[in-house]
Amino acid sequence: MNKSALLKTILSAVVFAVLLGCGSEEKPAAKSANPGGLTDWQMTNGVGPLTSDVQTGPGVEDELAAKGSELFETKCSACHKLDERYVGPPLRDVTERRAPAYIMNMILDPEGMVKKHPEARKLLSQYMTFMTNQNVSEEQARALLEYLRKENIK
Amino acid sequence: MKFLKNRKMWLSLAGLIGIGVLMTACPATKEGIGTSDAAVKTYVPPGEHDEFYAFMSGGFSGQMTVYGLPSGRKFRTIPVFSVHPENGWGFSEETKPMFNTSYGFVPWDDAHHPELSMTDGVPDGRYIFINANNTPRVARIDLTRFETEEILEIPNSAGNHGSPFVTENTEYIIASTRFSIPIPEADVPISSYKENFKGTLSFIKLDADAEEMSLDFQILVPGYNYDLAHAGKGPSHDWAFFTTYNTEEATTLLEVNASRNDKDFIAAVNWVKAAEAVRAGKAKEMPAKYFRNYVDHDTRIAHSEENSSVRVLNPADVPGLIYFLPTPKSPHGVDVDPTGEYIIGNGKLATVLPVHSFSKMLKAIENEAFETVINGIPVLKYDEVLAGEVLDPGLGPLHTEFDNKGFAYTSAFITSEIVKWNVETREVVDRIPTFYSIGHLMIPGGDSKKPWGKYVVALNKITKDRYLPTGPELCQAGQLIDISGDKMKLLLDFPLDGEPHYAQGIPASLIKDKSVRIYELEKNNHPHAIKSEKQARVERDGKDVHIYLSSIRSHFTPDNIEGIKVGDTVYWHLTNLEQDWDVPHGFAVKGANNAELLVMPGETRTLKWQPQRPDVYPFYCTDFCSALHQEMQGYVRVSPADSNVPITFNGR
Repeated sequence: MNKSALLKTILSAVVFAVLLGCGSEEKPAAKSANPGGLTDWQMTNGVGPLTSDVQTGPGVEDELAAKGSELFETKCSACHKLDERYVGPPLRDVTERRAPAYIMNMILDPEGMVKKHPEARKLLSQYMTFMTNQNVSEEQARALLEYLRKENIK
Repeated sequence: MKFLKNRKMWLSLAGLIGIGVLMTACPATKEGIGTSDAAVKTYVPPGEHDEFYAFMSGGFSGQMTVYGLPSGRKFRTIPVFSVHPENGWGFSEETKPMFNTSYGFVPWDDAHHPELSMTDGVPDGRYIFINANNTPRVARIDLTRFETEEILEIPNSAGNHGSPFVTENTEYIIASTRFSIPIPEADVPISSYKENFKGTLSFIKLDADAEEMSLDFQILVPGYNYDLAHAGKGPSHDWAFFTTYNTEEATTLLEVNASRNDKDFIAAVNWVKAAEAVRAGKAKEMPAKYFRNYVDHDTRIAHSEENSSVRVLNPADVPGLIYFLPTPKSPHGVDVDPTGEYIIGNGKLATVLPVHSFSKMLKAIENEAFETVINGIPVLKYDEVLAGEVLDPGLGPLHTEFDNKGFAYTSAFITSEIVKWNVETREVVDRIPTFYSIGHLMIPGGDSKKPWGKYVVALNKITKDRYLPTGPELCQAGQLIDISGDKMKLLLDFPLDGEPHYAQGIPASLIKDKSVRIYELEKNNHPHAIKSEKQARVERDGKDVHIYLSSIRSHFTPDNIEGIKVGDTVYWHLTNLEQDWDVPHGFAVKGANNAELLVMPGETRTLKWQPQRPDVYPFYCTDFCSALHQEMQGYVRVSPADSNVPITFNGR
């Protein structure tokens, strides 16, 4: 650590310690429906690597969905079934309930979503298990989305 | 205000004010924080990283430990030469072969000298090597995974102490034998020592592309004890230096009988010439049994190879291969300064510290300034190779490290101090006591061409009253000392594992961003891996039962298993389906006679289990993984040997 960083850290530690007093932590403010002040777009599409709408075609791209199906089996099926509650929620109708970008942001950055998005946080309080980050690429998340779209239409 | 001109002083002042404020606000915490600027210098705020990694030898624990500097916080134990039930090292089927030797499975050793791989004489953060003394071996640890990847046994060696030290570009890892022994192995009378016993200097080649160590050749040397080593650098690149003691060739009561000669030797070996001689066919192929164990990257399963011979060079056959530099008295460490010109012999019973000159050595060789010749090895004249002596280096000098400002730091065991001296003038400029009985000392990069000379760590053998007592056995410890100014300043005491010997330090920035976070499931080629829960299953093959088990937060699949019988050998192949950093799962089953498994994300590990009596056995995850970790469990039913309960799992 460089010196100015050290200085800053010391000073902020001091300020923090003084603010805290002796071990009495401040209670977090009561949560509103949107405590993080997310934009409307973020409320619909989630918070994560995707910051603009994900375009999906009118039909399903079969090849992409097949790729997604394989990935789903390896990376997701240990916790998600299509039609029943398992470790996580059933996913058959997820593409009806959530926007495409929301689904992909949840897959790509579950920690961030749980931290910042009230809906994701609400699900955590229902299921009590953090959704795992399965280390998928954006391209793979897109394939997973296509698979879920296909399963919804079925 | 002159005092405030210096930025460091500003910092210290800010720190003191900070501490003052904290003390006023929270009197209960004052003892934990301390009152001098030493606390500020070693304080790494919560969530921030240390500046250096320090790799400490575990000594008789057989392991290596990883610390942060300047905080002295311990991060990891890397299991190497001793089994480690905590993660199944040496117990899981995948890791057992790492302990194979020509003596069978050897589950413990004594590990002394970590040594970082180097490029152009500077630690590069790729690998760290460490020696096993007792059953001679050298291990290579990968610093992206912090895992032992390879262990090579060294034949014709006993007490592999002067090991493993690398040449300037890690062309070779050198190792010398402490005990001389009959070569080849034979039961001869111990009294025939002078006739039958020899030492060896081993040269292990690293093929960096194949990530493979091989014993390229050994040099047969007189029957002395070979203590420590260091390779040359810069002008002395072609050379390696080994200390000897017991040139008296005693076999009993060495503390008296091996301390008679005024001078022993540093052996200077031209390893480039040796390698050429080997390529020219001057070495003899000699039968020797030794193992190489390595982790296959694709499957992460360890394999063993048995070797049956080694090339041995006799110095008499290769003139110019080795010279002896007389060095007082029973020298322990041999250390080469960052320029590669000075070779320091730390004569543990000597009252002066000799500093040999590499350029004078070359001249003495050219002028044949020999005192005598022993077994074809010329002994150079002391005065012809000596640059000078450090007077009053402390009693019992053992080791020397260097900073980047032309100073050397020598540990003195008997007087328990570090002595700082100027390499060019050999004047002592400072000394600081250590608590107590310092052995090695370590400056990050302090044995390289580019020391990061900010701190020295004293590695102390004895702590006596420094810590809370813990019965007869007390901790050993390190002490962090600031060497950035003219005077050395003690900053911190911190306990260490096992008996600390040597250590290595390196800026964290050279390693931390390369750290592997997960093993990609797609690339897991373990023959018993499963890639999804759908593949989870139980298969019987005669009396062997293979359970293909998966884990993900927070359940095992399958978790209800029936049809195992007493007399079966059950293999639990657990694949961790997680692909998230820092989410290992553990596995333990009641009554297992070995250990647990700790399985990293995307990895497969196998535990062998031979249940002894009919029952329903619980198994569970041992590594707290989620809020529902306590629910991560299962049952396996074991029936009598003659029962006909079929194999089923979760109703399938």
